[in-house]
Amino acid sequence: MPAPRLLSGDMMSAIAEMTETVPDVGPSAFVQFERDFAARRRAARINWALGSALFFGLFIATAWIGDFFKITQVSLPDGSRAWRWIIGAGLPRLGEYVEKTLPVLRWESLGADFAEWFWRWKIWLKLLIETVLIAFMATGIGVVGGFLLSFPASRNLTPNKWVLFITRRLLELARTVPELVWALIFVFAFSVGPMAGVLAIAVHATGALGKLYSEVNENINMAPLEGVKASGGTWFDQIRYGAVPQVLPNIISYTLLRFEINVRSSSIIGYVGAGGLGQEFRTAMSFQEYTDLSALFVIIFATVAMIDYGSEKLRHRLIGMGERT
Amino acid sequence: MSAMLSLSNVSRHFGETKAVDNASLDIAPGQFVGVIGRSGAGKSTMLRLINRLIDPTDGEIRHGDRVVSRLKGKDLRDWRRDCAMIFQQFNLVDRLDVLTNVLIGRLAERGFAASMLMHFTDEERTMAIQALDRLDLVPQALQRAGTLSGGQQQRVAIAKALVQKPKIMLADEPIASLDPANATLVMDGLRAINREDGITVLVNLHTLDTARAYCDRIIAMRDGRVMFDGSAAQLTNDVVRDIYGTEGLNEFNEAVTSTQKVSVSA
Repeated sequence: MPAPRLLSGDMMSAIAEMTETVPDVGPSAFVQFERDFAARRRAARINWALGSALFFGLFIATAWIGDFFKITQVSLPDGSRAWRWIIGAGLPRLGEYVEKTLPVLRWESLGADFAEWFWRWKIWLKLLIETVLIAFMATGIGVVGGFLLSFPASRNLTPNKWVLFITRRLLELARTVPELVWALIFVFAFSVGPMAGVLAIAVHATGALGKLYSEVNENINMAPLEGVKASGGTWFDQIRYGAVPQVLPNIISYTLLRFEINVRSSSIIGYVGAGGLGQEFRTAMSFQEYTDLSALFVIIFATVAMIDYGSEKLRHRLIGMGERT
Repeated sequence: MSAMLSLSNVSRHFGETKAVDNASLDIAPGQFVGVIGRSGAGKSTMLRLINRLIDPTDGEIRHGDRVVSRLKGKDLRDWRRDCAMIFQQFNLVDRLDVLTNVLIGRLAERGFAASMLMHFTDEERTMAIQALDRLDLVPQALQRAGTLSGGQQQRVAIAKALVQKPKIMLADEPIASLDPANATLVMDGLRAINREDGITVLVNLHTLDTARAYCDRIIAMRDGRVMFDGSAAQLTNDVVRDIYGTEGLNEFNEAVTSTQKVSVSA
Protein backbone atom coordinates (compact mmCIF):
# COMPACT_ATOMS: atom_id res chain seq x y z
CA MET A 1 0.00 0.00 0.00
CA PRO A 2 1.54 3.31 -1.01
CA ALA A 3 1.74 6.03 1.63
CA PRO A 4 -1.14 8.50 1.33
CA ARG A 5 -0.05 11.74 -0.28
CA LEU A 6 -1.40 14.31 2.11
CA LEU A 7 1.43 16.77 2.09
CA SER A 8 2.46 19.11 -0.65
CA GLY A 9 6.07 19.29 -1.74
CA ASP A 10 6.47 22.55 0.11
CA MET A 11 5.48 21.01 3.37
CA MET A 12 7.69 18.00 2.84
CA SER A 13 10.66 20.26 2.56
CA ALA A 14 9.43 22.12 5.62
CA ILE A 15 9.51 18.86 7.57
CA ALA A 16 12.91 17.99 6.24
CA GLU A 17 14.05 21.41 7.34
CA MET A 18 12.71 20.90 10.84
CA THR A 19 14.14 17.45 11.38
CA GLU A 20 17.53 19.11 11.04
CA THR A 21 19.36 16.17 9.47
CA VAL A 22 18.60 16.23 5.81
CA PRO A 23 19.55 12.75 4.57
CA ASP A 24 21.84 12.71 1.56
CA VAL A 25 20.48 9.93 -0.61
CA GLY A 26 22.46 10.32 -3.80
CA PRO A 27 24.41 7.49 -5.47
CA SER A 28 27.48 8.61 -3.50
CA ALA A 29 25.71 7.69 -0.24
CA PHE A 30 25.26 4.10 -1.50
CA VAL A 31 28.87 3.87 -2.58
CA GLN A 32 29.95 5.13 0.82
CA PHE A 33 27.71 2.57 2.52
CA GLU A 34 29.16 -0.28 0.44
CA ARG A 35 32.66 0.80 1.39
CA ASP A 36 31.83 1.12 5.11
CA PHE A 37 30.01 -2.19 5.14
CA ALA A 38 32.92 -4.02 3.50
CA ALA A 39 35.32 -2.43 5.97
CA ARG A 40 33.22 -3.48 8.92
CA ARG A 41 32.97 -7.07 7.70
CA ARG A 42 36.70 -7.23 7.16
CA ALA A 43 37.29 -5.96 10.69
CA ALA A 44 34.84 -8.51 12.11
CA ARG A 45 36.61 -11.40 10.29
CA ILE A 46 40.04 -10.33 11.51
CA ASN A 47 38.80 -10.00 15.08
CA TRP A 48 37.20 -13.41 14.94
CA ALA A 49 40.35 -15.06 13.59
CA LEU A 50 42.53 -13.39 16.23
CA GLY A 51 40.09 -14.32 18.99
CA SER A 52 39.96 -17.96 17.92
CA ALA A 53 43.74 -18.24 17.67
CA LEU A 54 44.15 -16.74 21.14
CA PHE A 55 41.53 -19.02 22.66
CA PHE A 56 43.00 -22.15 21.08
CA GLY A 57 46.54 -21.19 22.13
CA LEU A 58 45.46 -20.65 25.73
CA PHE A 59 43.56 -23.91 25.71
CA ILE A 60 46.61 -25.90 24.60
CA ALA A 61 48.83 -24.07 27.09
CA THR A 62 46.43 -24.84 29.93
CA ALA A 63 46.28 -28.51 28.99
CA TRP A 64 50.11 -28.61 28.88
CA ILE A 65 50.50 -27.04 32.31
CA GLY A 66 47.72 -29.27 33.66
CA ASP A 67 49.66 -32.44 32.68
CA PHE A 68 47.07 -33.54 30.12
CA PHE A 69 49.90 -34.64 27.79
CA LYS A 70 51.96 -36.37 30.47
CA ILE A 71 53.40 -39.82 29.72
CA THR A 72 53.56 -42.05 32.76
CA GLN A 73 54.94 -45.49 33.59
CA VAL A 74 52.41 -48.26 34.21
CA SER A 75 52.68 -51.95 35.16
CA LEU A 76 51.32 -54.29 32.52
CA PRO A 77 49.50 -57.55 33.54
CA ASP A 78 52.68 -59.59 32.79
CA GLY A 79 54.59 -57.52 35.33
CA SER A 80 56.66 -55.48 32.91
CA ARG A 81 56.71 -51.69 32.95
CA ALA A 82 55.69 -49.50 30.01
CA TRP A 83 55.18 -45.83 29.15
CA ARG A 84 51.61 -44.77 28.51
CA TRP A 85 49.62 -41.55 28.02
CA ILE A 86 48.27 -40.57 31.46
CA ILE A 87 44.58 -40.47 30.56
CA GLY A 88 44.61 -43.82 28.80
CA ALA A 89 46.47 -45.30 31.76
CA GLY A 90 44.20 -43.80 34.42
CA LEU A 91 40.76 -44.54 33.00
CA PRO A 92 40.72 -48.24 34.01
CA ARG A 93 41.60 -47.26 37.56
CA LEU A 94 38.58 -44.95 37.64
CA GLY A 95 36.46 -47.97 36.76
CA GLU A 96 38.12 -49.97 39.54
CA TYR A 97 37.23 -47.31 42.10
CA VAL A 98 33.61 -47.09 41.01
CA GLU A 99 33.41 -50.88 41.09
CA LYS A 100 34.64 -50.91 44.68
CA THR A 101 31.84 -48.60 45.81
CA LEU A 102 29.10 -50.69 44.19
CA PRO A 103 27.14 -52.90 46.61
CA VAL A 104 26.46 -56.57 46.03
CA LEU A 105 22.80 -56.89 45.12
CA ARG A 106 21.30 -60.35 44.49
CA TRP A 107 17.79 -60.97 43.29
CA GLU A 108 17.11 -63.73 45.89
CA SER A 109 18.06 -61.54 48.84
CA LEU A 110 17.32 -58.09 47.47
CA GLY A 111 15.68 -56.75 50.65
CA ALA A 112 18.50 -57.88 52.88
CA ASP A 113 21.13 -56.56 50.47
CA PHE A 114 19.48 -53.14 50.36
CA ALA A 115 19.24 -53.14 54.15
CA GLU A 116 22.95 -53.84 54.24
CA TRP A 117 23.74 -51.15 51.64
CA PHE A 118 21.78 -48.47 53.55
CA TRP A 119 22.66 -49.91 56.94
CA ARG A 120 23.09 -46.45 58.54
CA TRP A 121 19.82 -45.11 57.10
CA LYS A 122 18.57 -43.75 60.44
CA ILE A 123 21.65 -41.56 60.87
CA TRP A 124 21.67 -40.64 57.19
CA LEU A 125 18.01 -39.58 57.19
CA LYS A 126 18.60 -37.33 60.18
CA LEU A 127 21.65 -35.84 58.51
CA LEU A 128 19.79 -35.43 55.23
CA ILE A 129 17.12 -33.36 56.97
CA GLU A 130 19.89 -31.35 58.60
CA THR A 131 21.50 -30.83 55.18
CA VAL A 132 18.33 -29.47 53.62
CA LEU A 133 17.64 -27.23 56.61
CA ILE A 134 21.17 -25.82 56.49
CA ALA A 135 20.63 -24.98 52.82
CA PHE A 136 17.22 -23.46 53.56
CA MET A 137 18.39 -21.18 56.34
CA ALA A 138 21.57 -20.19 54.50
CA THR A 139 19.52 -19.30 51.42
CA GLY A 140 17.23 -17.16 53.58
CA ILE A 141 20.13 -15.21 55.06
CA GLY A 142 21.87 -14.99 51.69
CA VAL A 143 18.76 -13.59 49.98
CA VAL A 144 18.32 -10.85 52.56
CA GLY A 145 22.02 -9.93 52.49
CA GLY A 146 22.35 -10.13 48.71
CA PHE A 147 19.13 -8.21 48.14
CA LEU A 148 20.05 -5.34 50.44
CA LEU A 149 23.59 -5.07 49.09
CA SER A 150 22.62 -5.44 45.42
CA PHE A 151 21.16 -1.92 45.17
CA PRO A 152 24.19 0.04 46.35
CA ALA A 153 26.26 -2.36 44.21
CA SER A 154 24.43 -1.45 40.97
CA ARG A 155 26.09 1.16 38.82
CA ASN A 156 22.78 2.84 37.94
CA LEU A 157 21.32 2.91 41.46
CA THR A 158 24.25 3.48 43.78
CA PRO A 159 24.12 6.74 45.76
CA ASN A 160 27.81 7.40 45.03
CA LYS A 161 30.89 5.67 43.64
CA TRP A 162 32.43 4.97 47.04
CA VAL A 163 29.41 3.03 48.20
CA LEU A 164 29.51 1.20 44.87
CA PHE A 165 33.18 0.35 45.30
CA ILE A 166 32.85 -0.84 48.89
CA THR A 167 29.73 -2.98 48.42
CA ARG A 168 31.13 -4.55 45.26
CA ARG A 169 34.41 -5.49 46.97
CA LEU A 170 32.42 -6.84 49.92
CA LEU A 171 30.31 -9.05 47.66
CA GLU A 172 33.43 -10.22 45.81
CA LEU A 173 35.14 -11.17 49.06
CA ALA A 174 32.04 -13.08 50.17
CA ARG A 175 31.78 -15.12 47.00
CA THR A 176 35.40 -15.66 45.96
CA VAL A 177 36.17 -17.51 49.20
CA PRO A 178 34.69 -20.99 48.65
CA GLU A 179 32.05 -22.32 51.04
CA LEU A 180 34.45 -25.01 52.25
CA VAL A 181 36.99 -22.38 53.31
CA TRP A 182 34.33 -20.26 55.03
CA ALA A 183 33.20 -23.47 56.76
CA LEU A 184 36.74 -24.13 58.01
CA ILE A 185 36.95 -20.60 59.39
CA PHE A 186 33.54 -20.77 61.07
CA VAL A 187 34.19 -24.26 62.50
CA PHE A 188 37.35 -22.85 64.01
CA ALA A 189 35.42 -19.87 65.43
CA PHE A 190 32.10 -21.40 66.48
CA SER A 191 33.06 -25.09 66.86
CA VAL A 192 31.80 -28.10 64.94
CA GLY A 193 28.12 -28.19 63.97
CA PRO A 194 25.44 -27.00 61.54
CA MET A 195 25.65 -23.35 62.69
CA ALA A 196 29.07 -23.00 61.10
CA GLY A 197 27.68 -24.57 57.92
CA VAL A 198 24.73 -22.19 57.77
CA LEU A 199 27.02 -19.18 58.15
CA ALA A 200 29.51 -20.47 55.60
CA ILE A 201 26.91 -21.05 52.91
CA ALA A 202 25.02 -17.86 53.81
CA VAL A 203 28.12 -15.71 53.34
CA HIS A 204 28.96 -17.28 50.00
CA ALA A 205 25.32 -17.08 48.86
CA THR A 206 25.17 -13.39 49.83
CA GLY A 207 28.13 -12.70 47.56
CA ALA A 208 26.82 -14.77 44.66
CA LEU A 209 23.22 -13.55 44.88
CA GLY A 210 24.24 -9.93 45.44
CA LYS A 211 26.20 -10.06 42.19
CA LEU A 212 23.35 -11.67 40.23
CA TYR A 213 20.73 -9.32 41.68
CA SER A 214 22.84 -6.25 40.94
CA GLU A 215 23.14 -7.35 37.31
CA VAL A 216 19.36 -7.60 37.16
CA ASN A 217 19.14 -4.14 38.73
CA GLU A 218 21.44 -2.69 36.10
CA ASN A 219 19.03 -3.67 33.33
CA ILE A 220 15.93 -1.97 34.68
CA ASN A 221 14.06 0.93 33.17
CA MET A 222 15.02 4.07 35.09
CA ALA A 223 11.94 6.11 34.13
CA PRO A 224 9.75 4.89 37.04
CA LEU A 225 12.52 5.83 39.49
CA GLU A 226 12.62 9.31 38.02
CA GLY A 227 8.85 9.49 38.45
CA VAL A 228 9.21 8.65 42.16
CA LYS A 229 12.06 11.13 42.56
CA ALA A 230 10.09 13.92 40.89
CA SER A 231 7.26 13.39 43.42
CA GLY A 232 9.62 13.99 46.34
CA GLY A 233 10.64 10.38 47.05
CA THR A 234 13.93 9.53 48.79
CA TRP A 235 16.55 7.18 47.38
CA PHE A 236 14.94 4.37 49.37
CA ASP A 237 11.51 5.27 47.96
CA GLN A 238 12.91 5.16 44.43
CA ILE A 239 14.34 1.70 45.07
CA ARG A 240 11.25 0.37 46.86
CA TYR A 241 8.67 1.67 44.37
CA GLY A 242 10.61 2.10 41.14
CA ALA A 243 13.15 -0.74 41.15
CA VAL A 244 11.90 -3.60 43.36
CA PRO A 245 8.65 -4.28 41.44
CA GLN A 246 10.69 -4.51 38.23
CA VAL A 247 13.29 -6.96 39.52
CA LEU A 248 11.12 -9.17 41.74
CA PRO A 249 10.39 -12.00 39.23
CA ASN A 250 14.10 -12.39 38.44
CA ILE A 251 15.01 -12.30 42.11
CA ILE A 252 12.63 -15.13 42.91
CA SER A 253 13.97 -17.15 40.01
CA TYR A 254 17.62 -16.69 41.05
CA THR A 255 16.75 -17.43 44.67
CA LEU A 256 15.23 -20.82 43.88
CA LEU A 257 18.21 -21.63 41.69
CA ARG A 258 20.52 -20.72 44.57
CA PHE A 259 18.59 -23.00 46.94
CA GLU A 260 19.35 -25.95 44.64
CA ILE A 261 23.03 -25.01 44.61
CA ASN A 262 23.06 -24.60 48.38
CA VAL A 263 21.67 -28.10 48.95
CA ARG A 264 24.62 -29.46 46.99
CA SER A 265 27.02 -27.32 49.01
CA SER A 266 25.53 -28.25 52.36
CA SER A 267 25.91 -31.94 51.58
CA ILE A 268 29.68 -31.41 51.24
CA ILE A 269 30.65 -28.97 53.99
CA GLY A 270 30.11 -31.60 56.68
CA TYR A 271 33.46 -32.95 55.45
CA VAL A 272 35.11 -30.20 57.51
CA GLY A 273 32.69 -30.58 60.39
CA ALA A 274 30.11 -27.98 59.50
CA GLY A 275 27.05 -30.22 59.74
CA GLY A 276 25.03 -32.26 57.28
CA LEU A 277 25.72 -35.44 55.33
CA GLY A 278 29.25 -34.47 54.39
CA GLN A 279 30.68 -35.86 57.63
CA GLU A 280 29.54 -39.33 56.56
CA PHE A 281 31.74 -39.12 53.44
CA ARG A 282 34.69 -38.60 55.68
CA THR A 283 33.72 -41.44 58.00
CA ALA A 284 33.13 -43.81 55.09
CA MET A 285 36.44 -42.97 53.46
CA SER A 286 38.48 -43.30 56.64
CA PHE A 287 36.86 -46.64 57.49
CA GLN A 288 37.14 -47.73 53.86
CA GLU A 289 33.39 -48.47 53.73
CA TYR A 290 33.31 -47.99 49.97
CA THR A 291 29.69 -49.07 49.47
CA ASP A 292 28.60 -46.35 51.91
CA LEU A 293 29.94 -43.80 49.42
CA SER A 294 27.61 -45.05 46.69
CA ALA A 295 24.69 -45.11 49.13
CA LEU A 296 25.36 -41.48 50.11
CA PHE A 297 25.73 -40.56 46.47
CA VAL A 298 22.31 -42.09 45.72
CA ILE A 299 20.73 -40.19 48.62
CA ILE A 300 22.18 -36.83 47.60
CA PHE A 301 21.43 -37.39 43.94
CA ALA A 302 17.79 -38.22 44.70
CA THR A 303 17.39 -35.24 47.01
CA VAL A 304 18.96 -32.75 44.63
CA ALA A 305 16.93 -34.11 41.73
CA MET A 306 13.74 -33.77 43.76
CA ILE A 307 14.51 -30.20 44.80
CA ASP A 308 15.53 -29.26 41.26
CA TYR A 309 12.28 -30.61 39.92
CA GLY A 310 10.16 -28.92 42.61
CA SER A 311 11.80 -25.54 42.33
CA GLU A 312 11.66 -25.60 38.56
CA LYS A 313 7.92 -26.20 38.72
CA LEU A 314 7.57 -23.42 41.28
CA ARG A 315 9.68 -21.05 39.18
CA HIS A 316 7.65 -21.61 36.06
CA ARG A 317 4.46 -21.10 38.02
CA LEU A 318 5.69 -17.85 39.49
CA ILE A 319 6.81 -16.56 36.10
CA GLY A 320 3.47 -17.59 34.61
CA MET A 321 1.65 -15.86 37.44
CA GLY A 322 3.66 -12.70 36.87
CA GLU A 323 2.54 -12.60 33.28
CA ARG A 324 -1.12 -13.18 34.01
CA THR A 325 -1.72 -10.53 36.64
CA MET B 1 -0.42 30.74 47.34
CA SER B 2 0.64 33.96 45.78
CA ALA B 3 4.26 33.04 45.37
CA MET B 4 5.83 33.90 42.05
CA LEU B 5 8.08 31.39 40.33
CA SER B 6 11.06 33.24 38.96
CA LEU B 7 14.14 32.18 37.07
CA SER B 8 16.93 34.71 36.92
CA ASN B 9 19.80 34.18 34.49
CA VAL B 10 19.52 30.40 34.78
CA SER B 11 21.93 28.35 32.68
CA ARG B 12 22.64 24.68 32.39
CA HIS B 13 25.61 23.41 30.42
CA PHE B 14 26.24 19.84 29.34
CA GLY B 15 29.91 19.91 28.43
CA GLU B 16 30.17 22.41 25.59
CA THR B 17 26.47 22.65 24.84
CA LYS B 18 24.38 25.22 26.62
CA ALA B 19 21.05 23.42 27.02
CA VAL B 20 19.59 26.42 28.82
CA ASP B 21 21.40 29.70 28.29
CA ASN B 22 20.79 32.64 30.61
CA ALA B 23 17.02 32.20 30.89
CA SER B 24 15.00 34.67 32.96
CA LEU B 25 11.29 34.24 33.53
CA ASP B 26 8.59 35.25 35.98
CA ILE B 27 5.53 33.04 36.21
CA ALA B 28 2.60 34.31 38.23
CA PRO B 29 0.48 31.85 40.20
CA GLY B 30 -2.48 30.39 38.33
CA GLN B 31 -1.09 30.92 34.85
CA PHE B 32 -1.31 28.29 32.12
CA VAL B 33 2.00 28.62 30.31
CA GLY B 34 3.07 26.75 27.21
CA VAL B 35 6.72 26.34 26.23
CA ILE B 36 7.40 25.74 22.55
CA GLY B 37 10.49 25.30 20.44
CA ARG B 38 12.07 22.63 18.28
CA SER B 39 13.71 19.49 19.64
CA GLY B 40 16.86 20.31 21.57
CA ALA B 41 15.83 23.90 22.25
CA GLY B 42 16.11 23.33 25.99
CA LYS B 43 12.43 23.01 26.93
CA SER B 44 12.84 19.74 28.84
CA THR B 45 16.02 20.90 30.53
CA MET B 46 14.23 24.01 31.76
CA LEU B 47 11.40 22.00 33.33
CA ARG B 48 13.86 19.60 34.91
CA LEU B 49 15.77 22.53 36.33
CA ILE B 50 12.62 23.90 37.93
CA ASN B 51 11.80 20.50 39.52
CA ARG B 52 15.52 20.17 40.38
CA LEU B 53 15.86 16.79 38.68
CA ILE B 54 18.98 18.52 37.39
CA ASP B 55 20.90 21.38 38.96
CA PRO B 56 21.55 24.70 37.25
CA THR B 57 25.14 25.56 36.30
CA ASP B 58 24.41 29.22 36.94
CA GLY B 59 21.63 31.54 38.05
CA GLU B 60 18.91 31.33 40.63
CA ILE B 61 15.43 29.80 40.74
CA ARG B 62 13.06 31.20 43.37
CA HIS B 63 9.52 30.47 44.42
CA GLY B 64 8.41 33.28 46.70
CA ASP B 65 10.88 33.24 49.59
CA ARG B 66 12.23 29.81 48.70
CA VAL B 67 15.51 29.77 46.84
CA VAL B 68 14.76 26.59 44.91
CA SER B 69 18.19 26.29 43.34
CA ARG B 70 19.79 25.98 46.80
CA LEU B 71 17.44 23.47 48.44
CA LYS B 72 18.78 20.22 49.87
CA GLY B 73 17.49 17.04 51.54
CA LYS B 74 13.99 17.20 52.96
CA ASP B 75 13.46 20.79 51.74
CA LEU B 76 14.31 19.69 48.21
CA ARG B 77 11.91 16.74 48.40
CA ASP B 78 9.18 19.07 49.71
CA TRP B 79 9.81 21.37 46.76
CA ARG B 80 9.50 18.48 44.32
CA ARG B 81 6.19 17.59 45.98
CA ASP B 82 5.04 21.21 45.57
CA CYS B 83 5.91 21.31 41.90
CA ALA B 84 4.64 18.06 40.46
CA MET B 85 6.05 16.74 37.20
CA ILE B 86 4.46 14.81 34.36
CA PHE B 87 6.60 13.10 31.72
CA GLN B 88 6.24 12.22 28.05
CA GLN B 89 6.74 8.53 28.84
CA PHE B 90 4.47 8.74 31.94
CA ASN B 91 7.20 7.24 34.21
CA LEU B 92 4.72 5.04 36.08
CA VAL B 93 5.68 1.75 37.69
CA ASP B 94 4.15 -0.74 35.27
CA ARG B 95 4.06 -3.64 37.68
CA LEU B 96 2.27 -1.77 40.48
CA ASP B 97 -1.46 -1.13 40.44
CA VAL B 98 -2.87 2.25 39.51
CA LEU B 99 -3.83 3.10 43.10
CA THR B 100 -0.29 2.54 44.40
CA ASN B 101 1.10 4.54 41.51
CA VAL B 102 -1.10 7.46 42.52
CA LEU B 103 -0.10 7.04 46.18
CA ILE B 104 3.56 7.50 45.18
CA GLY B 105 2.52 11.17 45.08
CA ARG B 106 2.20 10.99 48.88
CA LEU B 107 5.70 9.63 49.55
CA ALA B 108 7.12 12.99 50.58
CA GLU B 109 4.75 12.85 53.60
CA ARG B 110 5.58 9.29 54.62
CA GLY B 111 8.09 8.06 57.16
CA PHE B 112 10.74 5.51 56.23
CA ALA B 113 9.07 2.40 57.67
CA ALA B 114 5.58 3.20 56.36
CA SER B 115 7.01 3.92 52.94
CA MET B 116 9.05 0.71 52.76
CA LEU B 117 6.01 -1.34 53.83
CA MET B 118 3.85 0.46 51.23
CA HIS B 119 1.56 1.48 54.07
CA PHE B 120 -0.77 4.40 53.41
CA THR B 121 -3.57 5.86 55.52
CA ASP B 122 -7.26 5.67 54.66
CA GLU B 123 -7.29 9.44 54.10
CA GLU B 124 -4.53 9.09 51.54
CA ARG B 125 -6.33 6.30 49.75
CA THR B 126 -9.46 8.47 49.70
CA MET B 127 -7.45 11.33 48.21
CA ALA B 128 -6.06 9.00 45.56
CA ILE B 129 -9.47 7.64 44.60
CA GLN B 130 -10.90 11.15 44.42
CA ALA B 131 -8.05 12.21 42.16
CA LEU B 132 -8.64 9.16 39.97
CA ASP B 133 -12.35 9.98 39.87
CA ARG B 134 -11.61 13.45 38.48
CA LEU B 135 -9.83 11.75 35.60
CA ASP B 136 -12.48 9.02 35.19
CA LEU B 137 -10.11 6.23 36.17
CA VAL B 138 -11.73 4.72 39.29
CA PRO B 139 -12.69 1.47 37.48
CA GLN B 140 -8.99 0.91 36.64
CA ALA B 141 -7.75 1.62 40.19
CA LEU B 142 -6.71 -1.98 40.94
CA GLN B 143 -5.33 -2.81 37.50
CA ARG B 144 -1.62 -2.91 36.89
CA ALA B 145 -0.50 0.41 35.41
CA GLY B 146 1.31 -1.37 32.56
CA THR B 147 -1.97 -2.79 31.24
CA LEU B 148 -3.45 0.68 30.63
CA SER B 149 -3.39 2.60 27.35
CA GLY B 150 -1.01 5.52 26.94
CA GLY B 151 -3.74 8.08 27.47
CA GLN B 152 -4.94 6.38 30.62
CA GLN B 153 -1.39 6.12 31.94
CA GLN B 154 -0.86 9.84 31.43
CA ARG B 155 -4.07 10.54 33.34
CA VAL B 156 -2.83 8.28 36.16
CA ALA B 157 0.32 10.41 36.18
CA ILE B 158 -1.85 13.53 36.50
CA ALA B 159 -3.79 11.94 39.39
CA LYS B 160 -0.46 11.15 41.07
CA ALA B 161 0.58 14.77 40.60
CA LEU B 162 -2.76 15.93 42.08
CA VAL B 163 -2.38 14.01 45.36
CA GLN B 164 0.92 15.80 45.86
CA LYS B 165 -1.26 18.91 46.39
CA PRO B 166 1.17 20.89 44.26
CA LYS B 167 1.31 24.61 43.67
CA ILE B 168 2.84 24.19 40.25
CA MET B 169 2.45 21.42 37.72
CA LEU B 170 5.18 20.87 35.16
CA ALA B 171 4.35 18.76 32.12
CA ASP B 172 7.17 17.67 29.79
CA GLU B 173 5.64 16.92 26.37
CA PRO B 174 2.65 15.21 28.04
CA ILE B 175 0.85 14.50 24.79
CA ALA B 176 3.74 13.74 22.44
CA SER B 177 3.16 9.95 22.66
CA LEU B 178 -0.62 10.11 22.54
CA ASP B 179 -3.22 9.99 19.79
CA PRO B 180 -5.34 13.15 19.24
CA ALA B 181 -8.34 11.96 21.26
CA ASN B 182 -6.23 11.08 24.29
CA ALA B 183 -4.14 14.21 23.85
CA THR B 184 -7.33 16.28 24.13
CA LEU B 185 -8.39 14.40 27.29
CA VAL B 186 -5.01 15.02 28.91
CA MET B 187 -4.88 18.71 27.94
CA ASP B 188 -8.48 19.21 29.13
CA GLY B 189 -7.51 17.56 32.41
CA LEU B 190 -4.62 19.98 32.83
CA ARG B 191 -6.87 22.92 32.02
CA ALA B 192 -9.48 21.79 34.57
CA ILE B 193 -6.81 21.52 37.25
CA ASN B 194 -5.50 24.96 36.36
CA ARG B 195 -8.93 26.61 36.49
CA GLU B 196 -10.54 24.72 39.39
CA ASP B 197 -7.57 24.34 41.73
CA GLY B 198 -5.66 27.43 40.70
CA ILE B 199 -2.52 25.37 40.12
CA THR B 200 0.06 26.99 37.89
CA VAL B 201 0.68 24.83 34.82
CA LEU B 202 3.87 24.94 32.80
CA VAL B 203 3.70 22.63 29.81
CA ASN B 204 6.18 21.81 27.03
CA LEU B 205 4.50 21.34 23.70
CA HIS B 206 5.67 20.76 20.19
CA THR B 207 2.33 21.43 18.56
CA LEU B 208 1.60 25.08 17.97
CA ASP B 209 -2.16 24.80 17.71
CA THR B 210 -2.36 23.03 21.10
CA ALA B 211 -0.31 25.81 22.60
CA ARG B 212 -2.60 28.42 21.06
CA ALA B 213 -5.75 26.60 22.16
CA TYR B 214 -4.85 26.06 25.82
CA CYS B 215 -2.22 28.51 26.98
CA ASP B 216 -2.69 32.01 28.44
CA ARG B 217 0.90 32.67 27.75
CA ILE B 218 3.41 31.15 25.38
CA ILE B 219 7.15 31.06 25.86
CA ALA B 220 9.31 30.07 22.92
CA MET B 221 12.85 28.78 23.22
CA ARG B 222 15.61 28.40 20.69
CA ASP B 223 19.14 27.14 21.38
CA GLY B 224 18.55 27.38 25.12
CA ARG B 225 17.42 30.99 25.04
CA VAL B 226 13.97 32.45 25.60
CA MET B 227 13.09 34.00 22.24
CA PHE B 228 9.48 34.95 22.75
CA ASP B 229 7.21 35.51 25.72
CA GLY B 230 3.67 36.66 25.11
CA SER B 231 0.08 35.74 24.34
CA ALA B 232 -1.07 33.42 21.58
CA ALA B 233 -2.24 36.39 19.54
CA GLN B 234 1.22 37.91 19.64
CA LEU B 235 2.70 34.72 18.24
CA THR B 236 2.68 35.71 14.59
CA ASN B 237 3.95 33.72 11.64
CA ASP B 238 7.13 35.77 11.58
CA VAL B 239 7.82 34.90 15.19
CA VAL B 240 7.12 31.20 14.58
CA ARG B 241 9.48 31.16 11.62
CA ASP B 242 12.10 32.72 13.80
CA ILE B 243 11.69 30.12 16.55
CA TYR B 244 11.67 27.06 14.37
CA GLY B 245 14.35 28.41 12.11
CA THR B 246 12.43 27.75 8.92
CA GLU B 247 14.04 30.53 6.91
CA GLY B 248 13.23 30.44 3.24
CA LEU B 249 9.80 28.93 3.70
CA ASN B 250 6.98 30.78 2.05
CA GLU B 251 4.37 29.41 4.31
CA PHE B 252 4.66 27.71 7.67
CA ASN B 253 1.74 25.40 8.09
CA GLU B 254 0.73 24.62 11.65
CA ALA B 255 -1.17 21.55 10.54
CA VAL B 256 2.16 19.85 9.91
CA THR B 257 2.85 19.64 13.63
CA SER B 258 -0.75 19.20 14.70
CA THR B 259 -2.10 16.42 16.83
CA GLN B 260 -5.59 17.85 16.75
CA LYS B 261 -6.87 17.16 13.27
CA VAL B 262 -5.84 14.12 11.36
CA SER B 263 -6.87 13.07 7.94
CA VAL B 264 -6.85 9.30 7.71
CA SER B 265 -7.02 7.92 4.24
CA ALA B 266 -6.74 4.25 3.50
